[in-house]
Amino acid sequence: MKEVIYLDNAATTKTRPEVVEAMLPYFTEFYGNPSSVYEFSSQPKKAIAHARETIAKALGAKTNEIYFTNGGTESDNWALVATAEAYQNKGKHIITSKIEHHAILHTCEYLEKRGFEVTYLDVDEFGVVKLEELKKAIRPDTILISIMFANNEIGTLQPIKEIGEIAKEHGILFHTDAVQAFGHVPINVDECHIDMLSSSAHKLNGPRGVGFLYIRTGVKSRSFIHGGAQERKRRGGTENTPGIVGFGKAVEIAVETMEERTAKEKALRDHLIERVMKEIPFTRLNGHPAKRLSNNANFAFQFIEGESLLIMLDMDGICGSSGSACTSGSLDPSHVLLAIGLPHEIAHGSLRLTVNDEITMEQIDFTVDSMKRIVERLRSMSPLYEDYMRKNGKH
Amino acid sequence: MYSEKVMDHFQNPRNVGEIENASGMGTVGNAKCGDIMRIYLDIDENQIIRDVKFKTFGCGAAVATSSMATEMVKGKTVQEAMQVTNKAVMEALDGLPPVKVHCSLLAEEAIHAALWDYAEKHGIKIEGLEKPKSDIGEEEVEEEY
Repeated sequence: MKEVIYLDNAATTKTRPEVVEAMLPYFTEFYGNPSSVYEFSSQPKKAIAHARETIAKALGAKTNEIYFTNGGTESDNWALVATAEAYQNKGKHIITSKIEHHAILHTCEYLEKRGFEVTYLDVDEFGVVKLEELKKAIRPDTILISIMFANNEIGTLQPIKEIGEIAKEHGILFHTDAVQAFGHVPINVDECHIDMLSSSAHKLNGPRGVGFLYIRTGVKSRSFIHGGAQERKRRGGTENTPGIVGFGKAVEIAVETMEERTAKEKALRDHLIERVMKEIPFTRLNGHPAKRLSNNANFAFQFIEGESLLIMLDMDGICGSSGSACTSGSLDPSHVLLAIGLPHEIAHGSLRLTVNDEITMEQIDFTVDSMKRIVERLRSMSPLYEDYMRKNGKH
Repeated sequence: MYSEKVMDHFQNPRNVGEIENASGMGTVGNAKCGDIMRIYLDIDENQIIRDVKFKTFGCGAAVATSSMATEMVKGKTVQEAMQVTNKAVMEALDGLPPVKVHCSLLAEEAIHAALWDYAEKHGIKIEGLEKPKSDIGEEEVEEEY
């Protein structure tokens, strides 16, 4: 098998072997239902408490503010739907941004159909929410602001602390989808005035199928998944003990290694961006040049289409992703790329590469060499490139 | 996702390029939707397609259908080329994923657009050929960064 260069770490990450090792006993040895009374269930109970502590500590939160879910999407749904329902007597207006994940956007659409009003804030060319626009959007009936910590496509980090301050000033709840950010950038819920925060384990080398929602004490968000008395009666369903244990272990490692790991990722990412921007003409870097996740690079190559690029990269063993319509199953390219002002035809030619700390400089160089060859080949086949060259007398 | 034939035509597309002073040229599609196909035809005095070239901006299926469609019309008369439908192109490629079926429509339209251009230029009427629906030839290309 040819070597795989996995540059899609924003999609999911490898579960660290230490994480898998920590999880295994909870499948075969300590498999007792944590809700049971017998001694046999005390170890799973303890393990969940330990994971909760690790996570709470990483956020500067209290243990009873962490609620385990099955992932980021459930957490986002919970934060929006249950909060909207709980606070609808105060008002029915929610503020979010145009570049949120679909777990937020489609949930907002769902709420709109049920009588809520949603303001979708524009972002600037780098994908940053404009604070003045946020202030202007606030109304007396605004109950919730939901802005993502870091964007999953272009990696842009939002001014979360400032947004939190604005929310607090106006007495509005603030939720952040931190699925891409938690474990990658330091987060303190008090410093940033965050009332609710969504996270998912598999984005930080934990297992798939487990996430959490942080809910600040005092926030009256009700149950979203109704059932048993698990998670302080707020989230029914037997606990995913191995998943939660794995999540805890992943967070422990992510916090310990954050500085060194992100420095390494940054060096790889910057080398990638520098070479691509220098060596491939008609290319644009999407997202903010500095305020971005350490692992994220996102390019738009003019005159070519993203899916073709992905298939050709795949032939060289390189895994990436694109905001092209062809890869999303719809006719429109990524809503994020359109929101930062990219014309449709350029948004179709986007490529997201997200590194991890196991990637080597050699692999980055191999990737850039491959990209150069592929982009050139696809452009030689492109009628748009032909037209451009003709128009500019280069043909 | 794609059949072996689609992958083959994507990786080794046949007839990529341009034809100088082509008998007919047609461009269809829309950059907004992410697919543009251009077909060049070289047609002799007996109305036989001597040569055909294409350029495509689009996904794997768009490239593969362009390639297959050019193979299927090469050496044919213009009337025979009219029989190369999107269904025939798709079958020749052993099928396409449902979301990609519109790509095969584009290939048929591109050939028709090129034939229309040829017919207009030479004052010929091709039976069953209608004026192409979309042509992005005039559309502005985005400025360089």
